[in-house]
Amino acid sequence: MPADTRILIASDRDVVAARQQGRALALRTGFSMSEATLIATAISELARNIVSYANQGSVTLRPVYGSNGATGLTIVASDSGPGITDVTLALRDGYSSSGGLGLGLPGVRRLMDEFDIVSKAGSGTTVTVTKWLP
Amino acid sequence: MQVPILKQGGVLIATIQAALSDADLLELRTALVRQVVRYRSSGVIVDVTAMDVMDSFASRTLLEISHMIRLRGAATVIVGIQPEVAFAMVQLGLTLEDIPTALDLEEGLAYLQQKARSIN
Repeated sequence: MPADTRILIASDRDVVAARQQGRALALRTGFSMSEATLIATAISELARNIVSYANQGSVTLRPVYGSNGATGLTIVASDSGPGITDVTLALRDGYSSSGGLGLGLPGVRRLMDEFDIVSKAGSGTTVTVTKWLP
Repeated sequence: MQVPILKQGGVLIATIQAALSDADLLELRTALVRQVVRYRSSGVIVDVTAMDVMDSFASRTLLEISHMIRLRGAATVIVGIQPEVAFAMVQLGLTLEDIPTALDLEEGLAYLQQKARSIN
């Protein structure tokens, strides 16, 4: 089983590096160019959230194999930043606490097949998303 | 990664040549607005053919560029959005509805020329 790739995120340059590595891994995993772009876009949003809200954190890329023989790619975006007080609100389309378009997290949820978020005010946020090969 | 800006008559053409960081995008915004003022340009084309990802930050910055340039009385056209990038943008909820888009540089120039004719 291929090892995880962990990318440290501390600047906007790292956001670009993370999404480029994610795209390359997605293509190697067997995803089409179009699906790889969806994955790269999701990574870009998640990594930017880390830089914007927590200053630093990491993005882990993990090839995954489902029990039914499915192949996928899991992305774990993790930080020890301020956390999200109201996760439900943060997942609502159009809501932004940073003056952005408010499409980040709800958008990522639409781009991927599985979406999970664990966040606690004061102790950081971990977003785990997975895309399965069709 | 600096984006070269070419002046062709009254039109400025910015050709993005690689993946851009957020700082690069903001730099492009500043450079374009400055040059529109300096050259009294009537139109701007931003060629995004080489952009790997158009996420919410990139879309917001392009919207800002187009709004700032419109306030100067000039028009902006985005050209070259790749099909897979367009697919991801729509899923994300980004439609760039306020900005004219065209298939490529040629179509973008044709759009600006037509717009200039309709004003004069």
